[in-house]
Amino acid sequence: MLYRESGQFKTGYAADQAVFPILQDRWGMLVMLAVAFIGVPMIMDDYWANAVFIPFLVYALAALGLNILTGYCGQLSLGTGGFLAVGAYSSYKLMTAFPELDMILVLVGAGASTALVGLLFGLPSLRIKGFYLAVATLAAQFFLIWLFYKVPWFYNYNATGQITVPPREALGFLVTTQNATPIVKYLFVLSVVTVFAIAAKNMVRGRVGRMWMAIRDRDIAAELIGIRPFKTKLMAFTVSSFYIGVAGALIFSVWLGAAESGETFGINESFLVLFMVIVGGLGSILGSFLGAGFIVLMPIGLKNVLVDWFGMSAVFAKHLEITTFGVLIIFFLIVEPHGLARLWQIIKEKLRLWPFPH
Amino acid sequence: MNVMTKSTVTEDGRTIGGVLMAVDNITLRFGGVTAIRGASFDIREGEIRAIIGPNGAGKTSMLNVINGFYHPQEGTITFKGEQRHDMRPHIAATQGIARTFQNVALFKGMSTLDNIMSGRALRMKRNIFWQILYNGPARKEELEHRKYVETIIDFLEIPHIRRTPVGKLPYGLQKRVELGRALAMEPDLLLLDEPMAGMNVEEKEDMSRFIIDINEEFGTTIALIEHDMGVVMDLSDRVVVLDHGDLIADGTPDQVQRNQGVIDAYLGVAHD
Repeated sequence: MLYRESGQFKTGYAADQAVFPILQDRWGMLVMLAVAFIGVPMIMDDYWANAVFIPFLVYALAALGLNILTGYCGQLSLGTGGFLAVGAYSSYKLMTAFPELDMILVLVGAGASTALVGLLFGLPSLRIKGFYLAVATLAAQFFLIWLFYKVPWFYNYNATGQITVPPREALGFLVTTQNATPIVKYLFVLSVVTVFAIAAKNMVRGRVGRMWMAIRDRDIAAELIGIRPFKTKLMAFTVSSFYIGVAGALIFSVWLGAAESGETFGINESFLVLFMVIVGGLGSILGSFLGAGFIVLMPIGLKNVLVDWFGMSAVFAKHLEITTFGVLIIFFLIVEPHGLARLWQIIKEKLRLWPFPH
Repeated sequence: MNVMTKSTVTEDGRTIGGVLMAVDNITLRFGGVTAIRGASFDIREGEIRAIIGPNGAGKTSMLNVINGFYHPQEGTITFKGEQRHDMRPHIAATQGIARTFQNVALFKGMSTLDNIMSGRALRMKRNIFWQILYNGPARKEELEHRKYVETIIDFLEIPHIRRTPVGKLPYGLQKRVELGRALAMEPDLLLLDEPMAGMNVEEKEDMSRFIIDINEEFGTTIALIEHDMGVVMDLSDRVVVLDHGDLIADGTPDQVQRNQGVIDAYLGVAHD
C-alpha cells in the first residue's frame, strides 16, 4: 500500500539513472543509514561489536570484492582466503614499519598491495576460463598461505609465527587492540564499508560495470564492441583484490587483533566468502550484504535460539546448527537460485501491486 | 584493387562513394580444410553489400576475417585506404567496424538499455577513478551517451523494453537490440550475419525497413549475409556469391540472378 511509485515522474535521464529512482527506496536507505550510524552505536557493547556487527561488515566487504570479480566479471575465484591474508600481512608490515601512519592510510596501502598480487594472479585469466581458472586461483590460495608461513620476514621473525596488532589510530581515535572502544571500532569499520559500497555501486552502474558484465555474458561480442577482454579482466582482478585486501586488513587489525596465515585465512575462508556471494546474489551489491548477513548471523541466531530458548547442550546445538545451516542454504538456493537479492527484488515487485493481485 | 572508384548515384537517390574496404585474394585454411580460396571483392562507401551462398560456403568465415577473429593465410584487406596487419577484433572496433551475429550474442544478464549503452564503451573516456566518484564528469558523460542511445532506442521502436533483461525478450526483439548495440558504435561499416534468420514475414519486413533506414539516414555502409533471396535481391546494391570457399559471382542482383554458376550452386549441380 505504502510502496507505490505512481505520481513519481522522471523528467530527465539523470533522475532515471539514479541508484534509487523510487522515493520510498531513498527514504528506506536513509533510515537504514541512520539506524546503522546512530541507532546501533547506542546498544553497542563488546559482544555486539565483535560477534555480530564487525564480522558482518568485514565479510560484507570481502563479499563485495569477490562479487565484483565473480558476480560482475564472471571470473570464478577460490583465492579469497589468500588475498585476505595478503591484506592482513601487508597491513601488519605497514603498521610495524611506519608506527605513525594513520589506519586509513594503512588500509589503502594494504588494499594496494593486495591489488598488485591480485593483478599478478589474474594474468592466467587471459588463457583459461571457468573451472580451470578457479583451479589456478586455488593455487594462489595455497601459495600465499605457504608464503606467509614460510617466510619469517612477514611476521617480523617472532617466535610464535603469529601476527599481533599494535595500537593504531584513525583520525586520532584508537581503533585497534582491546583498548579501543567497541563503538569506535564499529563506526570505523562501518564508515570504511559504506565508502567502499558506494564506490562499488558507482563502478558497476557505469561504463566499467557494463564492461565487466559484457565480458561475463559474452566475451566474444564484448571484444567486438571494442572492450579488451584481458585488460577488463585484469581490472576486475585488481579492484576485487583491493576490496578483499582492505577486508583482510580489517579482519586482522580491528576484528581479531591477531592472525596466523593458515589458521585465519585458510581455504575455508575462500569458500565462506564464495557462499556469501552465491547465497546473496551474484552480480548484486545488495546481495553481498545479504549473503554476508545470512552466513555470519545465521549461526549466531541459531545458537541463541537452540541453547537459550530450547535449553539444548552447547555441543548438540552446535551440530544441529551446522546441519540446519546447510539445509537453509539448500532451501534458499532451491527457492531462488539467483540469491537473496533477487528474492528481495521479487518482494518489491509484489509490493508495488499489493494488496491487488494485478 | 586500391583504385578509388568515382562516386555514383543509385536509382533511389543514394550516393555510393569510393572503395571503403578492399578484400584482396583472401585464403583461409583450418588445417586441411580451405574455408575461403582466393576471394577478392570490394565494399564501397554507402552501399548495401550482400554476401550469399549455400551452407558452408565460407560467408561467416569471411565476416570473421574482416572482423579480425580469423587470420587469413594469404591475401590482404585494405580498410579506409590502409592495409591491415595483425587484426584483432577490438582494433577492428576502434576502426569503425560493427557486427551482429547469426545466433544472437547479447549480454543476457543486462537490460536492453545497458546492452546498447555498452556499444558506446569505446566512446566513453572517463577512467575508473571518475567512475567511483560518479557525480561530476562521469555522470555528465553517461548522460550524454544515454541521450544518443535513446535516439537509437526510438529509431528501433523498442522504448517499451528499455529496462527488460534481454534474456527474457523474444528472439526477434533480441535481434533488434543486437542491431541497436552495433549502431551505438556509430560504425562506418556494419556487418550483419543473417539478420533475418528465424524471423516471420512481419519481423523480416521490420528488419528490412531498419536496414534501409540505417543505410539512408546514417549513411552507414552495410555488408550482410542472408539466405532469404527475396530480401537480398530487394535490399542490396551488389551481391557477392561464395560457394565452397570460392567466389563464383560478383555483381548487381540482376546479374547474379542470371549467372549460371550461381544457379548451379543453389540448385546443387554436381561439383566436378
